[in-house]
Amino acid sequence: MWYFLLRRSLGFALTLLAVSAVVFAVMNVLPGDPALTILGLDATEDALAALREQLGLNQPLLARYWSWITHALTGDFGVSHSFRVPVADLIAERLPMTISLAVSGMIFTVLLALVMGIGAAANHRKAGDWGVMLLSQLGIAVPAFWLAMLLVLIFAVKLRWLPPGGFPGWSDPVAAMRALILPTVALALVQSSVLARVTRSSALEVMRQDYVRTARASGFSRTRVLWRHVLPNALVPIVTIVGMQFAALVTGTIVIENVFYLPGLGRLIFQSIANRDLPTVQALVMLFAAIVVTANFIVDLLYLVIDPRLKARA
Amino acid sequence: MTIRSSRNVTVAGLALAALLGAGPALAEAKLVIGLQQEPTSLDPTADATASIDGMLTQNVYESLTTVAPNGDVLPQLAESWTVSDDGLTYTFKLAQGVKYHDGTDFDSADVLFAFNRAMAEGSVNPSKGYFKPIASVEAPDAQTVVITLKNKDAFFLFNMAQGDASIVAEESVDGNATIPVGTGPFKYDSWTRGDRLTLVKNPDWRHAGEVKLDRVEFRFIADPAAAAAAILSDEIDAYPGFGAPEMLPQFEADPRFSVNVGSTEGEVILAMNNAKPPFDNVEVRRAISTAIDREEIIEGAMYGVAVPIGSFYPPHGPAYVDLTGTYPHDAEKAKKMFEEAGVAGTTMTLRVPPFAYATRSAEIIQAELKEAGIDAKVENVEWGFWLDEVYKKQNYDMTIIAHTSPNDMGNFARGPKYFYGYDDAKMTALWDSISTETDTAKRNELLKEGQKYLADNAVHGFLFQMPQISIIKTNVKGFWQSSPVLFQPLAGITVD
Repeated sequence: MWYFLLRRSLGFALTLLAVSAVVFAVMNVLPGDPALTILGLDATEDALAALREQLGLNQPLLARYWSWITHALTGDFGVSHSFRVPVADLIAERLPMTISLAVSGMIFTVLLALVMGIGAAANHRKAGDWGVMLLSQLGIAVPAFWLAMLLVLIFAVKLRWLPPGGFPGWSDPVAAMRALILPTVALALVQSSVLARVTRSSALEVMRQDYVRTARASGFSRTRVLWRHVLPNALVPIVTIVGMQFAALVTGTIVIENVFYLPGLGRLIFQSIANRDLPTVQALVMLFAAIVVTANFIVDLLYLVIDPRLKARA
Repeated sequence: MTIRSSRNVTVAGLALAALLGAGPALAEAKLVIGLQQEPTSLDPTADATASIDGMLTQNVYESLTTVAPNGDVLPQLAESWTVSDDGLTYTFKLAQGVKYHDGTDFDSADVLFAFNRAMAEGSVNPSKGYFKPIASVEAPDAQTVVITLKNKDAFFLFNMAQGDASIVAEESVDGNATIPVGTGPFKYDSWTRGDRLTLVKNPDWRHAGEVKLDRVEFRFIADPAAAAAAILSDEIDAYPGFGAPEMLPQFEADPRFSVNVGSTEGEVILAMNNAKPPFDNVEVRRAISTAIDREEIIEGAMYGVAVPIGSFYPPHGPAYVDLTGTYPHDAEKAKKMFEEAGVAGTTMTLRVPPFAYATRSAEIIQAELKEAGIDAKVENVEWGFWLDEVYKKQNYDMTIIAHTSPNDMGNFARGPKYFYGYDDAKMTALWDSISTETDTAKRNELLKEGQKYLADNAVHGFLFQMPQISIIKTNVKGFWQSSPVLFQPLAGITVD
């Protein structure tokens, strides 16, 4: 177990190091000049030169990378080129928005998928099953941004039940939750369609097992068998997909935050790449990478909880 | 029972209203403005982002002068000025009793500081060129500033009205990027990055009585479809730079809104790299101008809402000459011209920045060039890429771009290092005489000459003037329909 954790932590650190090097290289190979982006088309040569000097862009690439990485190790991610405030502050401002969206998206995805998937499996080859299969097929086919616009037109513009976008912050929890409903649905519907199909097939697989028949034969109700015997044993593939989907949800927020103009990390990374704001992009990509690696790590730990047999192998 | 409980509710409601001090008569006049672009910093003297000026110039920050919608220069922090007979010495009398939002006093020392900062060697002012003609800035007393120029500059007073020439104070300048401090009618209140920026009325402004708005909120909504949804669901009161002309009919049909199509200083051009063959050949450039059909481009790319241009000057300007007939659209003729120039059947690249007006125009121009026997390859590039490859390194054949600065015919006098790759001593001399001619009538004659010269040389394909499309609630009055500058004064706006 300890060996497992150690191996995992080392992998975590190496992944982040590799990501940082790749981002640094890509951002520098990419055509673009932060000074020109800030000062615009009328800027004089000497003003551009002065700004490059101010931003430290005149130092050699490796020196800049070394300085970045040594500072990052002490928790200092530098100052944003374009916002002129510490990157850590920028991220701290926006993180609650993105986390709120990703978490509510995940909860919605899992709940909807389990109900739909188990429901379909219980009604195998009946109307309910066909209905779920058709709906999930639709859900997979529809692009998230299109669905988002459709939801806005129906629920914000026509019916006026919910705001069309924006996020008022958690100081007003009711308004915050109302603002999260449409983005959550737009973000999660596609993911839950995928997950519902996985849940269904995994549950069907388990339902064919002898112990399920035995459980039914010993008089347990259908519902009890489904949720107490089928679901726990069908969980391994479901958890694998959920782990992958959490990463997709976090990156999916980039599109959703733009459509619903939410002040989250997705819009920040979008804006920072356009501005060639290297310190901000660097820190954000690292953060996204860390979230994905952590999600995978948690999935691995969950396997051990779900299937104690795996402990011996770990 | 029912009666009593409803009375209780009324009493409670009244108590609450009294507690909050909110009665209908005291309702705060609030305006919510939607903006496409969010800036990353709030200092217009260090960052060229147009939305900084759009929100803050002449609202939070003030300059010595300001500009009226028709382009006239008006007094602002300078209450009056005199110009010496040789046109080189400007003596400004400053407004008295003016205070910055942080409580510090404004006087000539602040003007001195702001100018010296913009002109200094390490200055990162995005329009440092505005300050190039200045020889010296002096402050004989607290209320007077004397600026001496090296050479006459016809645009000096106009340029001094821009956000780049905001009079910032030494005490607050370092914080302006995040907490802007100026002398204007509105004070900075808060900025939730990615969401909104709020200004509140400055009760101490010298004409505060004329300001009708108590609070102005800017909301940043980049996506046109999302912006349309926000307008339709009454989330915002005005969207002055709406970027999707195809969505206008639904707003025009809605009695809640008035839709205005005005003009801007933005000339949209099909820029050609004049330094690179075959575009160094004037006949090839003329053939391209003959191959393009402005009406079709405006119809297809702007859904009909734009005015065609035949040279590089806005149609609403006083010196405008209509040169759209210089090269009438004729695909057959263009084809012959390309054949004579020996470029028929060649491939040209069109590198397009990521703006709807540009990408849409590109597709139509590609088809029009095809008709004239030229195979144009369209490359859609990202803005950072465009700035670096096209603008800085001149690595392109053709591109489409809007030049949004006022008085920018001088671009053609910027020499071969500017991305036009256009090097013409005659044009440089002409621009010199335009920019130093302080007599308006004579200057307008020279500007006409300049327009004709550029059209005759077909330096670029001149397409259309960028429209200013605004969707505004009918109860909101006072927005400029056309703008000669990047800012929009909020002091004159009312909400009924």
